[in-house]
Amino acid sequence: MSRNHIVKSYDEEIKKLNNSIIELGGLVEEQVERAIKAIVERDTNLAYKTIDDDDKIDDLNYEIDNQAVRLLALRQPMAQDLRNIVATFKLSSDLERIGDHATGIARRSIPLSEDKPIQPIHVIPRMGKLTMTMMKNCIDAYIEQNSEKAERVWNADKEVDEMYVSLFRELLTYMMEDAHHISACSHVLFIAKNIERIGDHVTNICETIYYMVEGERMQQQRIRQTKSDRLLTDSITEK
Amino acid sequence: MTNTLLKGFPIKEGERTETISKRRERRYAAEKRFKILGILSILVAISTLFLLIGNMINKGFSAFKQTYLELSISLPENKFPNEKQISPNVISELNFKSFLKRALLKKFPEIKSRRDKRLLYKLISSGATFDLQDAVFENPKLLGKTITTLAIASDDVDQYIKGNITANNQGRITIKQSKWIDKLVDDGVINQKFNLKFFTNGDSREPELAGILGATIGSLLTMLVALALAFPLGVAAAIYLEEFAPKNRWTDLVEVNISNLAAVPSIVFGLLGLAVFLGFFGMHRSAPLVGGVVLALMTLPTVIIASRAALGSVPPSIREAATGIGASPMQVVLHHVLPLAIPGILTGTIIGAARALGETAPLLMIGMVAFIVDIPQGINDSATALPVQIFLWADSPERAFVEKTAAATLVLLTVLIIMNLGAVLLRKKFERRW
Amino acid sequence: MVATKNDNQIKMSARKVCVSYSGKQALFNVDLDILHQSVTALIGPSGCGKSTFLRCLNRMNDYIEGCIFHGSVRIDGKDIYDPKLDVVELRARIGMVFQKPNPFPKSIYDNIAYGPQIHGLAKDKSELEEIVHTSLEKAGLLKEVKDRLQEPGTGLSGGQQQRLCIARAIAVSPEVILMDEPCSALDPIATAHVEELIDELRDNFTIVIVTHNMQQAARVSQNTAFFHLGNLVEYGATETIFTSPQDERTQGYITGRFG
Repeated sequence: MSRNHIVKSYDEEIKKLNNSIIELGGLVEEQVERAIKAIVERDTNLAYKTIDDDDKIDDLNYEIDNQAVRLLALRQPMAQDLRNIVATFKLSSDLERIGDHATGIARRSIPLSEDKPIQPIHVIPRMGKLTMTMMKNCIDAYIEQNSEKAERVWNADKEVDEMYVSLFRELLTYMMEDAHHISACSHVLFIAKNIERIGDHVTNICETIYYMVEGERMQQQRIRQTKSDRLLTDSITEK
Repeated sequence: MTNTLLKGFPIKEGERTETISKRRERRYAAEKRFKILGILSILVAISTLFLLIGNMINKGFSAFKQTYLELSISLPENKFPNEKQISPNVISELNFKSFLKRALLKKFPEIKSRRDKRLLYKLISSGATFDLQDAVFENPKLLGKTITTLAIASDDVDQYIKGNITANNQGRITIKQSKWIDKLVDDGVINQKFNLKFFTNGDSREPELAGILGATIGSLLTMLVALALAFPLGVAAAIYLEEFAPKNRWTDLVEVNISNLAAVPSIVFGLLGLAVFLGFFGMHRSAPLVGGVVLALMTLPTVIIASRAALGSVPPSIREAATGIGASPMQVVLHHVLPLAIPGILTGTIIGAARALGETAPLLMIGMVAFIVDIPQGINDSATALPVQIFLWADSPERAFVEKTAAATLVLLTVLIIMNLGAVLLRKKFERRW
Repeated sequence: MVATKNDNQIKMSARKVCVSYSGKQALFNVDLDILHQSVTALIGPSGCGKSTFLRCLNRMNDYIEGCIFHGSVRIDGKDIYDPKLDVVELRARIGMVFQKPNPFPKSIYDNIAYGPQIHGLAKDKSELEEIVHTSLEKAGLLKEVKDRLQEPGTGLSGGQQQRLCIARAIAVSPEVILMDEPCSALDPIATAHVEELIDELRDNFTIVIVTHNMQQAARVSQNTAFFHLGNLVEYGATETIFTSPQDERTQGYITGRFG
């Protein structure tokens, strides 16, 4: 957005809204980070704190929706402004969902921490780190209004999906070896699923950012959707 | 608060209110002065007008009354049993003058000498004879009876009664005459009545018989001719110039000329009329036709300018609306613009006509200044006009013409006021709001 | 920019339209197609030439001193600037509604009857009456003025006056109706009535509307053209123009970031 609006307060309101999204992004990022940390460090206190803090995200989400509705009603935004404001609805709801997934991770980390550690869990921090990098880059892309960067982040999700699929196979074999592992392994599987879902939400966010900046749909979107589904179903039918 | 308000202005916090209030006072004072000046100038204008009209009324109002002598006249027997034989010629064979003289002499049995008798007879206007003659012609049954009639007094008696002249042996009323008049007044023979003759007679050498009808008809005919020419010509020219003419050097030139023409002294139009209409076209001298044509020329620029202003004040949205529906330029003008401009055009025309009505100079040049007794019957008859009549009377030596002049002026002024009032009312009535 | 459509639904098409007023060029090579029975909005800042362009479409510029036109405008493939073409007949085919409601200072009935009368569209009085009623009905005004057809049109409210002007334009059954900022002098409710009317008229007429109100353009039109400094900058489907315009200038104008 090279130029400013003629009405200065309009600019300020849009800026405030965007800052709120960035703030929400930061909050969600922190939640995910803490949830992963709770698993790695087997820290139940941190997990509980993470679960409690989800309320903050919900509040901020509500606040953002309010701001956006207000802008729509009072400013009748057009073109890029309209896309920007409509995007904030989607962004905030995606971020809120990521927050929910972080809570889910934290919740499942509690029984995991109380049980004895299992081997395949080492994949989780790696997956977590990857998604967190994606999130960070994605929020950067939002700040910079950089559609290219958003597209790159979007592509990175492939890796998360692959990691999830391989972890899924690993857990399957693990559970088959010893039925005692089933409980812990299913927790890990759900955590991995959560992380994979976070990755999906990040790709949604990237798509939203792309539309917001370019005014059109990302080119590769459609192709990819079907591919990732096939990847998973393939891996299951193989067994 | 105030500090942030004054930021960036050279004025200091403390000075602000003081400066503003000082300024305000000066502004109000200036406004008040302006108002007072305006009221003063209006007062001056109105008082001048009242002075003029008051003076005219003062001088001229008495002209609306005329002095009469109430005489009882014994008429001879009717010698014509067949009423059809009665004609003005036959009637005039009777010596009405002597009937009047006899009646008057009856009031003064002591007068014997011829000189005194002649002086006595002078009290009655020559018009009284014709009045009596007309009355008998109208009603032949009066013959053989003794009737009481009002014989019109001569202008000198009239003026003496109105107190405008005093008796003087060298003057128009001698001491002797004045005594007779006083006696007649005492006997109740002398009456004052509304002067109908002033409105029904043409001009005359005898002031008591002189009226403005001839001049009024002359003015009317002149105005008719002038309007019949100037109105259509002026409106047509205005429509062409305003609606159709391209804007270029030629139309600019025409425009400048029209404005110039409006400022040309009216005497020049008279000269033009003399040279062109009388000299070149050989039109009838002194006729309302020529006068009307000359006045039409004089009024034309006024009509064109007023019409153009009226046409120009029709909002363009009306033109656009009509054009947008598919009206041709001619239809736009005739169906929409002209009807809306008509009140303005009429106002301008009436004001122009009022000016022409009061115009004397050009009429002098084309001979409408002649002494004409007959009432004009058509536009080619010799005629004179009201302002010219005023001019003529103002030049006459008789004292009685002074009040006639003022009275005629009053009539002219009344007509002008009515015309201008009509213009205002017309404007008010048809004024449209868009 | 060239904004043309390869569609047999084209009602009017302008090609290389250049207009100048007393030497000052107001339009530069405008190419634009107007689709049949749709609403085309012309938007742009003041003095961008959108009204000038609109007035080219029914040759209203003919009467403006010093106005010079180049290029061609066709309606159903026929050049309207053909010297053999009758302008009066053209204006019966292409009606116009103006910025300020401008009813004639006559009765409501006469206002509407005027067009059909001068074009001889009614054979007798009853036919004329029918035209007046139908036009008023199409303009959604019949219910409001049914009982006072003989009252002056100038006595109506602003919104009613404007609908009266639309009815007047409809009365000569034009194919195209040009509207030059028809709602700029109206209050929001009256504006809504006129917009609703425009939407209904789309079924029978091709409408070109100039507006300063972008929301209005967005609400009523199917296609939008953005003019700037006498150039046609962008032309496309209204939703595209208002959600993701291609040109930087369009973007700046519609989002309020101009100049």
